[in-house]
Amino acid sequence: MKILAIDTSNKPLSVAVMDNDQLLAQTTLTTHRKHAEFLMPVIEDLVKKADLTPTDLDRVVVADGPGSYTGIRMAVTAAKTIANTLGIELVTVSSLLNLALNVQRADVLINPIFDGRNQNMFTGLYRWNHGTIETVIEDQHISLGKWLPAISDYEQPILIIGDTASFEDDMRNVLHSRLLTANPLMGIPSAALLGQYGLAKSPVEDVDAVVPRYLRLTKAEADWKKLHPNEDTHNYVEKV
Amino acid sequence: MNLVARDLVLSFETSCDETSVAVIENGNKILSNIVATQIKSHQRFGGVVPEVASRHHIEQITGCIEDALRDADVTYDDLTSVAVTYGPGLVGALLIGVTAAKAVAWAHNLPLVPVNHLAGHIYAARLVEPIEFPAMALVVSGGHTELVYMPEEDKFEIIGETRDDAAGEAYDKIGRVLGINYPAGKPVDELAHQGKDTFKFPRAMDSDDNFDFSFSGLKSAFINTVHHADQIHEELSREDLAASFQQAVVDVLADKTQRALKEFPVKQLILAGGVAANKGLRERLTKEIASFKDTKLELVPLSLCGDNAAMIGAAGEMLYRHGARADATLNADPGLEFEWLADEAK
Ligand SMILES: Nc1ncnc2c1ncn2[C@@H]1O[C@H](COP(=O)(O)OP(=O)(O)OP(=O)(O)O)[C@@H](O)[C@H]1O
Ligand SMILES: [Mg+2]
Repeated sequence: MKILAIDTSNKPLSVAVMDNDQLLAQTTLTTHRKHAEFLMPVIEDLVKKADLTPTDLDRVVVADGPGSYTGIRMAVTAAKTIANTLGIELVTVSSLLNLALNVQRADVLINPIFDGRNQNMFTGLYRWNHGTIETVIEDQHISLGKWLPAISDYEQPILIIGDTASFEDDMRNVLHSRLLTANPLMGIPSAALLGQYGLAKSPVEDVDAVVPRYLRLTKAEADWKKLHPNEDTHNYVEKV
Repeated sequence: MNLVARDLVLSFETSCDETSVAVIENGNKILSNIVATQIKSHQRFGGVVPEVASRHHIEQITGCIEDALRDADVTYDDLTSVAVTYGPGLVGALLIGVTAAKAVAWAHNLPLVPVNHLAGHIYAARLVEPIEFPAMALVVSGGHTELVYMPEEDKFEIIGETRDDAAGEAYDKIGRVLGINYPAGKPVDELAHQGKDTFKFPRAMDSDDNFDFSFSGLKSAFINTVHHADQIHEELSREDLAASFQQAVVDVLADKTQRALKEFPVKQLILAGGVAANKGLRERLTKEIASFKDTKLELVPLSLCGDNAAMIGAAGEMLYRHGARADATLNADPGLEFEWLADEAK
């Protein structure tokens, strides 16, 4: 099975082309946040370098968020359109889980973090169990103040990766020696690991319905929902 | 075997609050034109919220592609090119169409044609009748109000534009004062037809020696009139307010357009953009054009005045013939504009 894997959830861009779990080609860039400009050229280039054409692809695996809204929209738009237009499978994977795949050790709890600004984070808690990664705490958008009590009772050490800089000191004050940090390169997503993980997952049933995992309403919608708690939020878009 | 090859454009439009995908044959025939409008969603907020718009576009995009191909009864193998709006508009909204169009073009090895949204509004006229050149377009929409001179089919030169609010924007803002939700253009137009121009609002820049417009003074005069009446508990006729506002807008648009036609004799005058649906404006231009014997008026049909991908395909086919191409690096250009007419040509 030929797989195209895409992660542009934050500043890094990572794309890989795989043949089952074998890596054929991969590009990872951290220099720009120009996903709109770079994503399709990188895909085009890698598929060519892997000696394939678009129609050879069987599956697209995408990191669908959380992350920067524009970043996850670029990846998900490209991924769902490619899957739809070629009539191939689409697998969606949490961007936090994809980062956690960088840490292949069973003796820690893995805590990937994306900065959500103002001491908020997009985060979740993962662990390896007999060779498969498991969710310990679901991905969420949460303040550091609320996240800390949620993770402070586990006995295992907690290894943080990703946008750790603005949270590390406060986390150490609570977790002390149970807080572990990693090589910063582990905070950069690998599309090859994403593709490999996506190989074993079942594809979505309805490609058209796939949307990014924002984990957060827009401010306008959140304010509106407060005033209209019972309103059905479906069917706001009409084909005319 | 089909002897006459059909040129088929698959076109994308996501610049604001409509997700639209169309299939256009030979640049002038609509085989399909799917429009998914988000108006209901943004009405919750009284106007378009950009992040919400982007989120709706990504929900809709592939479903619209499927519907467009199915309704047109064509497959990817039949297509000649892919055309997409890359500006002007909301950057996050534009990027959904641009990314999807790039993905489709790459997957099926099709040429990609970048289209200016306003060229699309103008080229909607072509879906009714061929455009004859030189032509002049009065583009009046939610974000733009400009007179565009077209010496040839692929040349767009601005000769005048609004210095502040766009006409549609002014409609939406005074609509709010009358308690009408966005988009207010159509309801205000309807109210206007039941009233009279009793308030005589200012016609800004009407006698200036240029082709530019200004609507913010008119908008302020309108708002001040309503607020003043509120303070002294006087009830004003909504119909007369709307009629007076609309008369001022139509006067300025029609006067400047007439002056432009005198200085730039053209074979066709095209009225395009969302506000081109305005009944008062259509009636007025229809009357005025009678004194320009060599100029035909082309009113974009009501169904194609608002944003849609059919118009992007109509412009895209023309641009394709002139060699316009984008590669996979195509980005959205939210501030994209036509050039001004070069000074020496004036
Ligand atoms: N009958 C009408 N009279 C006046 N204005 C109208 C009428 N119908 C629609 N409009 C206005 O047209 C505008 C929408 O036009 P359109 O969709 O072309 O704008 P846009 O795409 O948001 O802006 P742009 O095309 O400049 O990027 C709105 O402001 C709406 O109020
Ligand atoms: Mg428009």
